[in-house]
Amino acid sequence: MSLMTTTVSPEATPVPPEAAVDTAAGTATGTATSTSDGTAAALVEIRCPEGDWLPVCTPEDLTPGRGVAALLPDGSQAALFADRAGRPYAIDNRDPFTGAQVLSRGLTGSVDGRPFVASPLLKQRFDLESGGCLDDPSVSVPVYGVRVRSNH
Amino acid sequence: MTSTPSLPDAAPATSPDTAPTIALIGHGMVGQRFLEELADRGVTARARVVVLCEETRPAYDRVQLTSYFAGRSADDLSLTDPDFLARHGIELLLGDPATAVDRAARTVTARSGRTVRYDALVLATGSYPFVPPVPGKDSAGCFVYRTLDDLLAIEEYAKNARTGVVVGGGLLGLEAAGALKGLGLRTHIVEFAPRLMALQVDEGGGRALRRTVEEMGLTVHTGVGGKEIVADGAGAVTAMGLSDDSRIDTDLVVFSAGVRPRDQLARDCGLPVGERGGIVIDAQCRTEDPAVYAIGECALAVDGRVYGLVAPGYDMARVAAAELAERLTGTATLADGPAEPAGERPGFTGADLSTKLKLLGVDVASFGDAHGAADGCLDVVYSDARSGVYKKLVIGADGALLGGVLVGDADAYGTLRPLTGTVPPVAPEQLVLPAGLAEGGGAALGPDALPGDAVICSCHNVTKDAIQACATLPEVKQCTKAGTGCGSCVKLIGQLLPQSEDQGLCGCFPHTRAELYEIVRVRRITSYAELLDAYGRQEARGGEGCEICKPAVGSVLASLAPAVGADGYVLGGEQAALQDTNDHFLANLQRNGSYSIVPRIPGGEITPEKLIIIGEVARDFGLYTKITGGQRIDLFGARVDQLPAIWARLVDAGFESGHAYGKALRTVKSCVGETWCRYGVQDSVRMAIDLELRYRGLRAPHKLKSAVSGCARECAEARGKDFGVIATAGGWNLYVGGNGGATPRHADLLAQDLSDAELIRLIDRFLMFYIRTADRLERTSAWLERIEGGLDHVRDVVVHDSLGLCDELEALMAAHVSHYRDEWAETLADPERLGRFVSFVNAPGAPDPSVRFVPERDQVKPDLTLLAGPTLPVRTLEGTSAR
Repeated sequence: MSLMTTTVSPEATPVPPEAAVDTAAGTATGTATSTSDGTAAALVEIRCPEGDWLPVCTPEDLTPGRGVAALLPDGSQAALFADRAGRPYAIDNRDPFTGAQVLSRGLTGSVDGRPFVASPLLKQRFDLESGGCLDDPSVSVPVYGVRVRSNH
Repeated sequence: MTSTPSLPDAAPATSPDTAPTIALIGHGMVGQRFLEELADRGVTARARVVVLCEETRPAYDRVQLTSYFAGRSADDLSLTDPDFLARHGIELLLGDPATAVDRAARTVTARSGRTVRYDALVLATGSYPFVPPVPGKDSAGCFVYRTLDDLLAIEEYAKNARTGVVVGGGLLGLEAAGALKGLGLRTHIVEFAPRLMALQVDEGGGRALRRTVEEMGLTVHTGVGGKEIVADGAGAVTAMGLSDDSRIDTDLVVFSAGVRPRDQLARDCGLPVGERGGIVIDAQCRTEDPAVYAIGECALAVDGRVYGLVAPGYDMARVAAAELAERLTGTATLADGPAEPAGERPGFTGADLSTKLKLLGVDVASFGDAHGAADGCLDVVYSDARSGVYKKLVIGADGALLGGVLVGDADAYGTLRPLTGTVPPVAPEQLVLPAGLAEGGGAALGPDALPGDAVICSCHNVTKDAIQACATLPEVKQCTKAGTGCGSCVKLIGQLLPQSEDQGLCGCFPHTRAELYEIVRVRRITSYAELLDAYGRQEARGGEGCEICKPAVGSVLASLAPAVGADGYVLGGEQAALQDTNDHFLANLQRNGSYSIVPRIPGGEITPEKLIIIGEVARDFGLYTKITGGQRIDLFGARVDQLPAIWARLVDAGFESGHAYGKALRTVKSCVGETWCRYGVQDSVRMAIDLELRYRGLRAPHKLKSAVSGCARECAEARGKDFGVIATAGGWNLYVGGNGGATPRHADLLAQDLSDAELIRLIDRFLMFYIRTADRLERTSAWLERIEGGLDHVRDVVVHDSLGLCDELEALMAAHVSHYRDEWAETLADPERLGRFVSFVNAPGAPDPSVRFVPERDQVKPDLTLLAGPTLPVRTLEGTSAR
């Protein structure tokens, strides 16, 4: 089992140096293959608050521009997204403005090259890399480490 | 009869010792403006204000009277916001004209016998139509043209008439002729002067005007007067004899030969009036009695003129209100006259008679010294008899522009009038030549050339500087009132405002939604990424787009899908990532992350069996149910993973998506119509169902609502809808651009007495034209207000096919109708799409623990304690498009 691609944020989360590769070349969709028995060849993993990596879905489960929610062992929820290049992002699913677990259902976009998601309720935008709210600097959401692991 | 419940005789309601009383006689345009000026100055808070009004309706826009026949209703003409009077405590007594003024006792007596004591009295009694002393002038079928009631009477009588004569070829006469022509009468105009509009235009302009008017099928008789009216045995008009002994057979005569000041009240109480009428006032609009003022058409100004235009009347209203405000703050009482000399305050000493009008569809404007009365002045004339254009400028000896006349093309009026009195920056001939002939583009003399103190809106006396202190047209209208009078300056105001350099939809596209629509249509683009990478802003190409343009482009792609070969299914392919969550899950997201469901109930008609199914589904899934305003049933509180199971039950019972989640047709409301209702004249339910089934699923710039009423009682409230249909004995009337919500707007009549097929064809065209040209999230009401030319333009395009677009618009709608598929039935049949309806990608069967409910009035409501967090403000998307 080798680590193909790692996209990790925030910076505090350690990146195994031997695993880091060019994200543009090793995109999630680009590396995804399926084995003959139908099991996924690659998995998207989230780094839980306790520090463990939790596999949550295959890269194919992520539609570029669209999010999905993942339930974490401690009951919190993560919102996962993929950009057009297939690069994954994960932030907390809870919209701090309403308290509802809905950020995974927002629309994504980018401004100045930085990806964001807009809450589907009151439309505030959150930076997918830093978790900061673009419309209110005093608000931010937690960010989770996320990576795509190949199974062979 | 009264708008306020009680007014004790001779005893003011508010304590008479502390609150002085201002009595206003007359609630016309000038009277209403006077009240607004009082309110703006806070006078209404300190004084009791009582208004006596002869007419039975509050002030309305007399200038726009003719537009009543163009489909605007009496309500549309109203100038009085119903809240205004109540908010400012103004007592309006309708249908109770003043009959006497006792200046010694300071009281006004009304016809009902009611007496009002005043500290200050303002006469705004207006004018009455002058009827020449022609024998037979009182026959049945003879009318004047002054009030809304006059118009209603003419409209009624014209139903049995074929020919009409208008006596008077001035401004009001042409208005009246336009009204008669609009009523389908063969129309004659009889004018004693040698030309039409003799006061405003010169001989050349009169010729051009006459030719154009005659081309419209009206018959013009100038240089002759009416000699007698011939009536039949029953006393009804049959003909009019003229001074040249000719005779016009006619069923109806309208006298519109000028107006005279209504100064009888003033005469009766001994106030001085002019030789030819008009209450004598000073520059402060005061009569000889310092407690009595006169404003508007009843007053004779210090320059010896009676002004029959609304703009000078508004000026007088402002002067009189300022005067009263001043006196209230001073130490003197209201009746004693000003606390200090009036010299410091601007008074009313005369007014500009410039006018710009569209009469019978012809632009006519005159300004300044239109007749060249000044010594040594010279004319510069451009005349094109073939196209009916005549332009004359009067230039003084020193080269200054003194005035002018424009007939047939008055576009330059906006820039020329404010230049009056100055030497124009280019040679005068350049100002009248058509754009193509002028050197450097004469018509290109833009608003930049105007000095800062140039008056742009002459109705409200607003300068270029004052307008440029605002950023947008709505702001200009709100802060300065400019553009809210006759409206002729609105175009110029638009040119004076900062042209937002970037009209782009968002940070990703430099185009408007309408432009993107054209690009997608012409280039046959089928995907968002393709559009962004080829047509987006350089810095946005290859990026992720944004939450503003994605749904907008998704909507355009969906609207054009059948025509350009894209997948019209909103969850298909890349489309899935463009839709707001509501469209993505085909349901409406609610505050706790749950969704609501609205099955389509066309026309609001539903069988008992289907009602039971909805009840059973709601019960089985624990959903909260509520009847919507659109005659449907909303089911609240579904988790995203429950949606497919709920819809499986609904689709099975014959329901389909109601598109409550989409910028799409929502519902077509209806009343029960002639089937059940004793008043109904058409089957409104059948029509509502037909319309709803035809336009269901149609994606638009914003949501679309509709309704069909079975008779003029309008129980379905069709005029509050984007497109509303009201049954008539002869078919259907179609209204467009209505809205409820925060900015209510009555829909405008687009066409009347349509057959079923005609109605549907017009709605097809209207909707497709809207979809093609509207901005993102722009409802039809706002679109109709914004689009250049407004309702008239839209009518030209969709009724008269002025752009040759109608075939294409109809074809697009036909493609929509034939490609319609129920989105929920399609989703249920596709396992891959169904796979998206999970709360968690890593636990597909698990419900979202944050979506919980607690009991409320025998149903459920969201358990918000689970979501507790700080309450933070809504972000408005509208403000972000320029970032």
